[in-house]
Amino acid sequence: MNAPTAIAGDAKVSIRDLEFFYGATRALKNISLTLRTNKVTAFIGPSGCGKSTLLRVLNRMYDLYPGQRAVGEVLLDGENVLDPDVDVNLLRARVGMVFQKPTPFPMSIYENIAFGVRLYEKMSKSAMDVRVEEALRGAALWEEVKDKLHTSGLGLSGGQQQRLCIARSVAVQPEVILFDEPCSALDPISTAKVEELIEELAERYTIAIVTHNMQQAVRVSDYTAFMYLGELIEFGETDQVFTTPREKKTQDYITGRFG
Amino acid sequence: MTEHIVKSYDRDLESLGSRISEMGGIAEKMLADAMDALASFDADLARRVIDSDPRLDALQREVEEAAIITIAKRQPLAVDLRECVAAIRISGDLERVGDLAKNIAKRSMKIGAEARMTRAVIGLKSMQEVAAVQLKDALDAYAARDVERAKEVWMGDADLDALEDSVFRDLLTFMMEDPRNISFCTHLLFCSKNLERIGDHTTNIAETVVYLATGEAMPVERPKSKRTGGVGDQ
Repeated sequence: MNAPTAIAGDAKVSIRDLEFFYGATRALKNISLTLRTNKVTAFIGPSGCGKSTLLRVLNRMYDLYPGQRAVGEVLLDGENVLDPDVDVNLLRARVGMVFQKPTPFPMSIYENIAFGVRLYEKMSKSAMDVRVEEALRGAALWEEVKDKLHTSGLGLSGGQQQRLCIARSVAVQPEVILFDEPCSALDPISTAKVEELIEELAERYTIAIVTHNMQQAVRVSDYTAFMYLGELIEFGETDQVFTTPREKKTQDYITGRFG
Repeated sequence: MTEHIVKSYDRDLESLGSRISEMGGIAEKMLADAMDALASFDADLARRVIDSDPRLDALQREVEEAAIITIAKRQPLAVDLRECVAAIRISGDLERVGDLAKNIAKRSMKIGAEARMTRAVIGLKSMQEVAAVQLKDALDAYAARDVERAKEVWMGDADLDALEDSVFRDLLTFMMEDPRNISFCTHLLFCSKNLERIGDHTTNIAETVVYLATGEAMPVERPKSKRTGGVGDQ
């Protein structure tokens, strides 16, 4: 699929009347919102509100589990990714995901990146070398690992492993990158490096980030969605949501007044 | 409003409010006493006003430090953030009100027995009464987070400006009538300016209350009375 020329701020992913079920339990209720091109959208809310569930719909991760289903529309550049005809492998290259716990493969740093690329593209070694370097540069990791590309990815620090996972996503040339609490397991310095990276990545990709850290949401995002018990309570520009929220529930949550 | 999950957060914000209340009480008393000292040439009262000022300054520093620590510690958002910002602003305005009242008290000591024209002081008394009501209403609006009351204070500033104009004209007249009046009338001119400035700070407090409660700013242009301060406009 050829992506049309992207204009920052345009609708990249349009979610319309999305419902999600774990078996008989309705975990997402009538969600409608838009992720905009080259913007960062943060998802906040108490545990169990459905934010990670929502993220996993966007790249059909739930397909891996029986008994889980989504109803509604998730339009990526106008095409519904929930459609059964969609090639989910291709989808997951276009819509990458970085998890809370870094998940490097038990391979060398180089292979961690090349492995994913090879699933989608055939290329010569020199072309792959270029792609690996670009991906590692794109994840602000190149300088730290360029002299040990053939050592194990597991030997990196937590923060570096997380950036390796980001490099893996970037290597397959995505359009959207989903972050599910990417910094929860990291120390403050690694967190700051990942936040800096997210700002840079937003210039090339559309970003969605689930976070428990309110101040992080304020720092990195352009738009914020507050969810509660599977519903979207408030969605708006981050500055507005965190300084003058419209809904009492939003204000109670962000100011730590939640019962 | 519901309480914070962390109770000490509530206590932090409450202590900001209670210090502001204390500052407000001191500023109100300084204003009233300074005017009394001026009207009755009471040097002892004037001295007591001057002696009240350090406590006000100390409280203002305390409020600022407490607000800054709260910001660093709690990383407040939404209304809590506005509480901290409001406390910093209002404490600054109240500290200036105290300074301006202290200034009036100092001048009353300079005028002393020289003042024969209690007529001149009557205009100032009217200004002080309006300013005192404005200050009380602004402080009440803050305590209750009452937007309507704050907006009334904001509108009322025009009255004080109008009074200052008429006092200005009266004092000019006295000075033209008799050059021996010039010295103390000039002091009174400064006092009237101080009272008008107290009114402005009160209006600032009202604007901050509206911001605190709603997150919105009042219009930049305050209501103004028609200015005709020229001598030829008698």
